[in-house]
Amino acid sequence: MRELLGAGFIILGIPFFIASTLGLLRFPDVYARLHALTKADNVGLGLICLGLAVQANSIAVALKIVLIWGLILLASSTGATLIASSALRHGSAPRRRSDKDTHADR
Amino acid sequence: MLIVDLLLALAALVTAGQCLLLPGLFRAVANLMAFGLVMALIWVRLEAPDVALAEAAIGAGITGALLLTAAGQLPASQRTLQSMASGATRWKIFIFVMVVLITGSLWMTVLALPKPGLVAEVAVVLPDSGAEHAVTAILLNLRGIDTLLEVAVMLCAVAAIWSLQKAIPPPALGDAYPGLPTLARWLHPLFLLTFSYFLWQGTHAPGGAFPAAAVLGAGGVLLLLTGSIVWMHQGAYNLLLRWLLAAGLLFFLATALSGLLMTGTLYGLPPRFASTFIIAIEVATALSIALMLMTFYLFGRPGRRL
Repeated sequence: MRELLGAGFIILGIPFFIASTLGLLRFPDVYARLHALTKADNVGLGLICLGLAVQANSIAVALKIVLIWGLILLASSTGATLIASSALRHGSAPRRRSDKDTHADR
Repeated sequence: MLIVDLLLALAALVTAGQCLLLPGLFRAVANLMAFGLVMALIWVRLEAPDVALAEAAIGAGITGALLLTAAGQLPASQRTLQSMASGATRWKIFIFVMVVLITGSLWMTVLALPKPGLVAEVAVVLPDSGAEHAVTAILLNLRGIDTLLEVAVMLCAVAAIWSLQKAIPPPALGDAYPGLPTLARWLHPLFLLTFSYFLWQGTHAPGGAFPAAAVLGAGGVLLLLTGSIVWMHQGAYNLLLRWLLAAGLLFFLATALSGLLMTGTLYGLPPRFASTFIIAIEVATALSIALMLMTFYLFGRPGRRL
């Protein structure tokens, strides 16, 4: 039962990773790509960690897996903020809605 | 699992090839870091989690960030590697022959190794070595001289970095990026906890001085780069810093010499005191290695010259 539940969570998490990878490859600028990566990866990783924690043999292992998820949340959100604010200061401005969509014809 | 192993091997080859062949220093460094992470996963598959951790922290993290910083300091004209396509056929043949020779001799050495390994021999002397885990016993007692020389190599690396230029103080991040210093400070207790855990675990399970030092060093580098450690840049603490850096090596050397006095062979730790010695060496070398990893990120010689 727990095996099945864990596998279900993990399978549920995989599409988020695929979607965020697609976003990383296809989105037009730094900010949109960050958005795709951090948001989707956090949910996907959360589901996969949940699946692994459900399958774990002891409460201690399960808590450690959840702790890993929390640490990655902290690190990835801080990293995303750093990349975004650094790009805002030194790099390109975010695309506005009025900008011509250069990817429309692809 | 065969598919996972094949994918890992393929990923290692691809990242290594991209690191060597693609133009541009930034790409090369990014691929080197990816290669380090793939190597760490391969070590996990080989059931060597301590090597995996050291590889991920030192091979991918600390070396990669150092190389990125070095690439960032180069003038823009030097950031693209010159291609050696033209008129270098002779060199290519030479390099090819050398690679074949080195690979061949490595393969010969692997074939010449004793077949079941030295597991049985190590298991016989394990009770006298002072550590319950074979890797720790080999690293810190049976083949302690190798570990001693590794620490000496790292000290030489610190000396080389200090001889290149003056230290670069960390940029003031506080206003522009408030998240990073806060995160570094909040996470540091966790780094300390993991460090102590690895040190304690080293006597009976995979772990020990090098992975522990890698974790503590990584946390320290984070603090150093966010400007939370000021004393390392100040001239007044320069002498203390030098002694602390050398302390692990000196202590290691002192135990080796005291082994010579007590049992007549260099590194012959008497079995009765061996476990005490091993714990002391482990703590001292781990702290020194962590400090050395942090000192790399001063990017040069701190303070005034004495």
